[in-house]
Amino acid sequence: MKRILQVLFIIILIASVNPFVGAQCKGFAKKICKLELIPFIHDGNYHANILTEGEEAELYKTFYSGQDYRLAVCGSDALGVIEFQVIDGYKNVLFDNREQNNVRLWDFKLESSQQLKITIKVPVGTGESEYPASGCVAIMFGFKEK
Amino acid sequence: MQRRQYSMKLITILSVLCLLVLPNCTSDKSKKKQQDVDLEDFLSEDEIFDDIDKAKKIFYALPSPLETAMLIKSAGAEYDEQLLNSVDNTRNYTSSKSLALNLGIYTTDLSFASLFDQTQTSIKYMEAARTMAEGLDITDAIDDETIRRLNDNLNNRDVIMDIISETFLNSSSYLKENDRPAVATVVLIGGWIEGLYIATQMVSDDNIQDNKLVDRISEQKLSFKIVQRMLTDNLKDQTGRENADIAELTEELEVLRAVYDKIKVETSEIKVEPDETTKVATLKSQTKITITPEVFKELRVTVSNLRTNFVQ
Repeated sequence: MKRILQVLFIIILIASVNPFVGAQCKGFAKKICKLELIPFIHDGNYHANILTEGEEAELYKTFYSGQDYRLAVCGSDALGVIEFQVIDGYKNVLFDNREQNNVRLWDFKLESSQQLKITIKVPVGTGESEYPASGCVAIMFGFKEK
Repeated sequence: MQRRQYSMKLITILSVLCLLVLPNCTSDKSKKKQQDVDLEDFLSEDEIFDDIDKAKKIFYALPSPLETAMLIKSAGAEYDEQLLNSVDNTRNYTSSKSLALNLGIYTTDLSFASLFDQTQTSIKYMEAARTMAEGLDITDAIDDETIRRLNDNLNNRDVIMDIISETFLNSSSYLKENDRPAVATVVLIGGWIEGLYIATQMVSDDNIQDNKLVDRISEQKLSFKIVQRMLTDNLKDQTGRENADIAELTEELEVLRAVYDKIKVETSEIKVEPDETTKVATLKSQTKITITPEVFKELRVTVSNLRTNFVQ
């Protein structure tokens, strides 16, 4: 019995320290990032994952004409500012948050429907920690009812 | 620290090699006229980078049921309850695939009814979506509290939209965080097909030309490319085992690919026009859609057959 309790204690300890165990970014997306979308309506889709500094991710989505969109890219405090770009099918960079004071949001509308790519990058930190920092990153979309 | 320096050196060396050897590593500015937007082309260059960084995460976003319903409404659709999947059918769905498809389908129906202020219907469809979610063992996505909140806010559409958005977020995050991304994909595809079904059924034969709804339906070719990518990505699980539901769905949607191949969607380059007052940027571009009435009718029949298969 004592041995079982010891094993359970170790498992709980590892789970509480290691962010990869039971990677849960739902709470972060729902309670923190989703608030950035207000007054837009969140579309309900879930795009979040644990990323490590230096890591990149891409998201592909079709955006439709006549709709007002808000894009929010959020990261856990441990990760610092998440860099993101919006790129069109011709590889043109339409938006780069590094050129806009590292904002987390972009509001836009389209004259015609387009497929766009959102690239995100967790910058490499300057900390002296032996291990690179990890944390949740969420990409969320909101729109307005017409 | 040493490992990081080594990685940086490796990336630099590979980048230089890439620039010197592979012409695809540089962007081709010369093709900037009108082009048929194709995710295959869009992705081809990124695949090179994927070879370098296997850890890169790729997300594909389909319009959610809520966005799908909104797109149909904003294109001029009117409410027709006859087009929704009857809630009496819930008892027919027992397999994982049918439960997932119809969770998406009922959520689109719920969104559609809510956007047209059909409050009692909305409650019925929320219950139907709850039955599907419970059948898939998605816990707490839609509970008694959700239904109570819906009942308490029947006259507040913003709150209703928020409830629908939250329940869908609960379902999709639960599935993805419990290593069931394939089921989440099937849910999304079910919702997307339902939107396509409702929209195509609302276009009569004598009203195909110059119809905003037809344009919206044709533009779904862009999202269909994403559907195909999602299916490919989820065909095998982490152990390499094939997912039978995804394999079956891929085969079923082949008929839709054949029809969408006959529709042309061309877009011009985008010019961004910022507005310092509203802080809303406008992406200025043009889209040319080519679809004949015959192809549209074929699309309508194809979508209807698929949807009938999904809801029976």
